[in-house]
Amino acid sequence: MSVRIGVVTFPGSLDDHDALRAVTLSGATPVPLWHLAHDLEGVDAVVLPGGFSYGDYLRCGAIARFSPIMSEIIDAANKGMPVLGICNGFQVLCEAHLLPGAMIRNEGRTFVCTDQRLRVETNDTVWSCDFERGQQITIALKNQEGNYQASPETLKMLEDSNRVVFRYLGNPNGSANDIAGITNERGNVVGLMPHPEHNVESLTAPSLDGRPFFSSVQRYLSALVG
Amino acid sequence: MVDTVANAQLTPGVTQPWAELGLKADEYSRIREILGRRPTSSELAMYSVMWSEHCSYKSSKVHLAKFGALSRETPRGPLLAGIGEQAGVVGIGGDWAVTFKIESHNHPSYVEPYQGAATGVGGIVRDILAMGARPIAVMDPLRFGPLDAPDTARVLPGIVAGVGGYGNCLGLPNIGGEVWFDPTYYGNPLVNALCIGVMKKQDLHLAFASGTGNQVILYGAATGGDGIGGASILASETFEADGPVKRPSVQVGDPFMEKLLIECTLELFAAGIITGIQDLGAAGLSCATSELASAGDGGMRVNLDVVPLRDPSLAPEEILMSESQERMMAVVEPGNVERFMEICAKWDVLATVVGEVTEGDRLIISWHDEVIVDVDPKTVAHDGPVYQRPLARPDWMDALYADPAEALPRDNSPEALAATIVKLVGSPNLCDKSWITDQYDRYVRGNSVLAQPEDSGMIRIDEETGLGVALATDANGRYAYLNPYLGAQLALSEAYRNVAVAGAEPVAITDCLNFGSPEDPDIMWQFSEAILGLVDGCQTLGTPVTGGNVSFYNQTGGTNILPTPVVGVLGVIDNVEDRTPMGFAAAGDQIYLLGATLPEFGGSAWADIVHHHLGGMPPMPNLEAERALATTMVAAAKAHLLTSAHDLSEGGLSQGLVEACLRRNVGASVRLPEGDPTVELFSESPARAIVSLSADHVAAFSALCADNGVPLIRLGQVTVTPELEIRDLATLSLDALRATWQAPIRVAMAH
Repeated sequence: MSVRIGVVTFPGSLDDHDALRAVTLSGATPVPLWHLAHDLEGVDAVVLPGGFSYGDYLRCGAIARFSPIMSEIIDAANKGMPVLGICNGFQVLCEAHLLPGAMIRNEGRTFVCTDQRLRVETNDTVWSCDFERGQQITIALKNQEGNYQASPETLKMLEDSNRVVFRYLGNPNGSANDIAGITNERGNVVGLMPHPEHNVESLTAPSLDGRPFFSSVQRYLSALVG
Repeated sequence: MVDTVANAQLTPGVTQPWAELGLKADEYSRIREILGRRPTSSELAMYSVMWSEHCSYKSSKVHLAKFGALSRETPRGPLLAGIGEQAGVVGIGGDWAVTFKIESHNHPSYVEPYQGAATGVGGIVRDILAMGARPIAVMDPLRFGPLDAPDTARVLPGIVAGVGGYGNCLGLPNIGGEVWFDPTYYGNPLVNALCIGVMKKQDLHLAFASGTGNQVILYGAATGGDGIGGASILASETFEADGPVKRPSVQVGDPFMEKLLIECTLELFAAGIITGIQDLGAAGLSCATSELASAGDGGMRVNLDVVPLRDPSLAPEEILMSESQERMMAVVEPGNVERFMEICAKWDVLATVVGEVTEGDRLIISWHDEVIVDVDPKTVAHDGPVYQRPLARPDWMDALYADPAEALPRDNSPEALAATIVKLVGSPNLCDKSWITDQYDRYVRGNSVLAQPEDSGMIRIDEETGLGVALATDANGRYAYLNPYLGAQLALSEAYRNVAVAGAEPVAITDCLNFGSPEDPDIMWQFSEAILGLVDGCQTLGTPVTGGNVSFYNQTGGTNILPTPVVGVLGVIDNVEDRTPMGFAAAGDQIYLLGATLPEFGGSAWADIVHHHLGGMPPMPNLEAERALATTMVAAAKAHLLTSAHDLSEGGLSQGLVEACLRRNVGASVRLPEGDPTVELFSESPARAIVSLSADHVAAFSALCADNGVPLIRLGQVTVTPELEIRDLATLSLDALRATWQAPIRVAMAH
């Protein structure tokens, strides 16, 4: 039976359909999840997609973090369920304290849409195990508030514990330590600003480097069952 | 106290501020004649805004009517909806239909660049939504004053942030457009916004209110005091003159609300419970109620006092005129109201029953049980004044024609030619626009097959079959200034060509006609000539006009803008896998020039950059040649003969080669065809393109060109060296060209 991956739609989610398509193309079963639901419908993993949940009112991700489905996701994540937060989803994970730190406005103050080069810093997470460590990849990046910041102690902790998953090659937004994505201690929750769901078809993207995200989680989950 | 119909009947002699509201004396008399009494202040508000140039097209109507003479037949069948609807609809194959339209938001964008541009995007997106379509992409043709002028540093970043801020938050990819700089746009930037939407043919919805007893529902944002313009005059006349100062006349947008409105409306359509629908844009409730009512088979009764307000101090006149964004009006059968409300609640969208469809033909609006409007809605929506404005070919045209650009000196030394190539690459109109376009999300929805800087934007519609559409917008105000008839045809030709070189078959157009003051006979002449040019051009190309927009009064002080007829062409491609991108890609590929090059420099980038010259005639459009070129390019794409194809336009072959090299950082070695090198490099003759293809395909492609009568000249080949070599003339490193190309906007906007 194929892996079931849920994609949450908050009011203002924009890349939810893209994430569902990427899940389908990866061979897993996509499961749309509504923000008001109290039930994860038995999914094996969850993607929090990009967009502007709740209009990004207050702070990016700050309101989405309190939606009913997030209580379920926080519980499941703490029990080890794979969760991937993309862009706004990463911001939601930070607001939910599943990941440390926060995003502030881009250094250049403008929205940036670009094909971003990244280096894979660790493949010891459920969402990056199909990459090679040190591999250079290109993933679409598009945001206005993608400048990752955390306290010096937190940054040191992330570095020391090998929890920086992706680093920018050519920092586009001023993120501390060129950080593009991080993971939690257990390696099941990953958040990143670039959008792997946009890099799954040669017709619409300059690279297919988004595919290993979705194959990684399936390989991990299959190994778990096996 | 509120000015009721009863009161108006009792007080015929009251002086009304019709002039302040922009009405002419004879227009006011006509309103009194229609009503058989003086209008109430609310009626005066409605008539004044609906009879404005913006809403009534009173100066342009007689000219726009000429578009109606065109066949409604596209290469893919007849239009499903055309001019007069909120947007045109074209069947593209199978059950699929697309709707697309372009509109202007020029004046608000100068006053408040961010909000002006943002609400321009919001407005056109709602037009598309109101047709029953899911909006799937936007494009934004923009025009500014000189890049180095001080106010451009305020206007440009604000407008770009507004376009991006709104479109990005809606989750609509921005796939193209234009950016132009010219001194005449200083103080009057042009912000045009195009949106395309997709639907199944059977889901097409047209705006009308029918069925007595059907409920009229206003949903979306609450109504506030933004964009009320002249209505404040009425309010202050009617109410306390020393009341609070009314709010700004530029609307303020909330893209999050619009995103909810899109998803909510599409769910309402899918539930099959919408009988009629219209978006609220210019003229707000005045427009929506009068247009919905006049398009239906009955009348309408509206209780204005139940309209949810953001500002409870608003007077009824202001509520009628408010241009608050993110609002829609639907007509719903009584049995479906509950379901309607449930769907709105799911999306947190405020919805209020504000009235119902009635028997008879009157639009009656009440305010706390008193009638404040009692009109025949057709007189508001459709019986506005129609002007036959005086027009005359300006005398100054003679001086322009006496000064042809072809007579300008040409320095054909290799050094000068090389320097000119570089100068063009680094000029504001030809340089890299990514400082702007990188602020737009081109990826969202995952169907963007081509986006800027490609010649056209291309969107996959059907993931199963690969059916897709391509869109391009173009206009060259310098050409149109020299000859508005030819200039409009050149805009059409270029957009048509940009769609075709990507492999899509051009099928229909929309236009946004940006001109100066219609009260100036020179400008009216330009306008009428541009329309004639488009009508004749569309006839030859077989592409109907589906709708569009006119923007007049684009002037600063006494200076009118260059006439700017922006044309958007829609193309269809059966399988987006077949598309041909613009950049050279494979070393060893052969490079060919398609089309005939003549000495044509009028309005060209060469004349501008080298000689600061604007005179003579623009290049001569050749629509038959465009058609032949398009047929060739579509067939070549389908047969996968080409690696790349790039349209030649501003800057000619020189600029085309540079852009094809820089796209993927791939070099080329070419030799210019025999002839005057300035002509070969910089002429802007239309109906031309450069292609690259594998040597294996040359025979088949040559035969295809011969069949269609398209001239074909071999220029050279794609190389592994990162250089553009023009043999016996210049070798330019791509790194240096890129640095020059990227600098102008980045440097001007760095602060």
